[in-house]
Amino acid sequence: MIESPWEYAPAPESRDIANLKPSYQMFVDGEFVDGGGEPLKSVNPATEEVLAEVASADESDVDKAVRAARRAFDDTWSTMPGTERAKYLFRIARLVQERGRELAVLETLDNGKPIKESRDADIPTAAAHFFHHAGWADKLAHAGYGPDPRPLGVAGQVIPWNFPLLMLAWKIAPALACGNTVVLKPAETTPLSALVFAEICQQAGLPPGVVNILPGAGDVGAALVAHPGIDKVAFTGSTEVGKQIQRTVAGSGKKLTLELGGKAANIVFDDAPLDQAVEGIVNGIFFNQGHVCCAGSRLLVQESIAEELLEKLRARVRTLRVGDPLDKNTDVGAINSAEQLAKITELADSGDAEGAQRWTSPCPLPDRGFFFAPTVFSGVHQSMRIAREEIFGPVLSVLTFRTPAEAIAKANNTPYGLSAGIWTEKGSRILWAAQQLRAGVVWANTFNRFDPTAPFGGYQESGFGREGGRSGLEAYLDV
Amino acid sequence: MAQSPTPSELADAVRDDRSLRRFLHGLPGVDQVGLEQRAAGLATRSIKKDAKRWAIDTAISMVDLTTLEGADTEGKVRTLCAKARRPDPERPDTPPVAAVCVYSDLVATAVRELQGTGIRVASVATAFPSGRAARPVKLADVEHAVAAGAHEIDMVIDRGAFLAGRYAQVFEEIQAVKAACGRAHLKVILETGELATYDNVRRASWLALLAGGDFIKTSTGKVSPAATLPVTHLMLQAVRDWRDATGQLRGVKPAGGIRTTKDAIRYLVAVHEVAGPEWLTPELFRFGASSLLNDLLMQRRTQLDGHYSGPDHVAVD
Repeated sequence: MIESPWEYAPAPESRDIANLKPSYQMFVDGEFVDGGGEPLKSVNPATEEVLAEVASADESDVDKAVRAARRAFDDTWSTMPGTERAKYLFRIARLVQERGRELAVLETLDNGKPIKESRDADIPTAAAHFFHHAGWADKLAHAGYGPDPRPLGVAGQVIPWNFPLLMLAWKIAPALACGNTVVLKPAETTPLSALVFAEICQQAGLPPGVVNILPGAGDVGAALVAHPGIDKVAFTGSTEVGKQIQRTVAGSGKKLTLELGGKAANIVFDDAPLDQAVEGIVNGIFFNQGHVCCAGSRLLVQESIAEELLEKLRARVRTLRVGDPLDKNTDVGAINSAEQLAKITELADSGDAEGAQRWTSPCPLPDRGFFFAPTVFSGVHQSMRIAREEIFGPVLSVLTFRTPAEAIAKANNTPYGLSAGIWTEKGSRILWAAQQLRAGVVWANTFNRFDPTAPFGGYQESGFGREGGRSGLEAYLDV
Repeated sequence: MAQSPTPSELADAVRDDRSLRRFLHGLPGVDQVGLEQRAAGLATRSIKKDAKRWAIDTAISMVDLTTLEGADTEGKVRTLCAKARRPDPERPDTPPVAAVCVYSDLVATAVRELQGTGIRVASVATAFPSGRAARPVKLADVEHAVAAGAHEIDMVIDRGAFLAGRYAQVFEEIQAVKAACGRAHLKVILETGELATYDNVRRASWLALLAGGDFIKTSTGKVSPAATLPVTHLMLQAVRDWRDATGQLRGVKPAGGIRTTKDAIRYLVAVHEVAGPEWLTPELFRFGASSLLNDLLMQRRTQLDGHYSGPDHVAVD
């Protein structure tokens, strides 16, 4: 193959747009305050440089924040008419849009995801969640949960590092729309966009205490979840932590929703639109470096087309550009942390050990930062770890099947059940397969599409409860 | 289609009308949403500085400078040929274009004007643009152009026969034209705007490749929509798949509606990432355009001078 005579020039977005500050404080009761915990250092995973020092909460901060949220709930937020709450939410949504560029660059610096994803997916979808829920705030009586559904109270929310601002929007927007107040703990490695969001809450004139942001590690999350002043716990993250939370919350009367891990099957039938299926597979597993709980990490291909599809897939993956996340031409960015990179490496090595065939994109990787080249394992069997465990990285496991029934049996043979994909030109097969698949979201001839109107959530070890759409409101209402 | 066809399978596919239909309808389907999403996504690649300069010069060298008006005259063709030879007289390092494309009765003029320059003369033939004429008329058109010295023939397929499902008729006609071309290269115009669906575009692309077309070309430029990015993506996939199946390299030519450097660069990105870097040559990729060249020249100056000079600084021909 002829080497390309054409190297795209780097086109990096300016990091100055992020307005990065040397240090960030916590946000409690409408004020930025110092935390009692040991300060965190937020690191740019693409360069390993420290971006900023971030205050961290301790137990007394958790208590203060929960009390502030309770006061705000009792005094203003829960008694405010829905139309008024909607105005605040609309204002927040517009501010997220107005500061979209700043937020996108900040998110990319802090998280390592490509700027084109933070700019075109994360931030616009986060704004869309606030717009969508602003619309619900004065229409809760028409949501199908009775004539006068009541808020639950104070929500304790813990979110992951893969979509920092988007997950915040998924949690805060419905909670506020329904009249709850929140104490939110962003992930230890990606707290920055949440603290800029706190500025946006101030800009929007949100009453103090309605939104509180407490950066910190797992212990802060645990303290928040266990706090007796919390009425509702919402968590997105690993299944392991989800189980701990469920144990903590059991018997306390707190309402709980969990959105946990996944090992989604992306099923390609022999009559699929192959070139688009290849795109969907790439989008399914390499979007956001595979740091996606609903990533299509298990590719199930009908045996009769497996070889052809794999060839096309490898050719396509070869064109993925891995590197500086701030470069607009980058398709795959940095792995969020050294710890995560080690986990991915360990699991991928288990694939070798168990006899799967590893293929790695020959793309060049930067010298510094945490990077993992897009990797495709073929010859994978259901019994292997790489087919069962969530890798949460740019690693695809390819399995084959012979009949539609076998595809469904293999797809469902997982402790998870968050999402699935079906690729076929046959409409009846799409409907049949979608009914058989035990997954919260089933995409047909597409993958990783998100919209605030569509509920999202899992089965089995992928958690319970739904976020988004009308059904998402249920998690924040006394129904 | 289960596997990539081997050449012997391809020979089998064109045995008769039935096997041809079975083959074309057995090609993998095209998902409209997915194709358009990919085309839009790839169009956002940011090309700057050296990469942009390289892209502009490459695009200039891929232009089929075209005039296809009823009012064309020898004078008009001579002017166009002058422009083809030296697109920007003040910048002699500007590469010449790939070809000049005219109606068949003006081929002789173009050949005379371009002698010794290496610029090829392309002629539309086969009752361009409608393609509605008896086959002997179409072949005579081609023979006339070739006899006058055309290096490349741009033929239109019979869209009526294609849409009516008479694939063998279309196939045979392309073969006959190819035979009439002799040593001239054959570009097969699919007129994708009239084929309406992406599935049809894929089938027509394969039909043209099976029949021996050296290039597949989107449009005559007389029908809207003419070239679009998704259609070009699809045709680039077809030549890539053809290469994988046969080892042969065939070309793609989007034509009509590509007017700006920005657009042209989007097409080059698609060539680079969909078909592959080896297609980034005038041998395998062309732009059918008349007004694109001036924008490329203006952008070229902007890149070199660091400021924009305006349309009056390049020739209007």
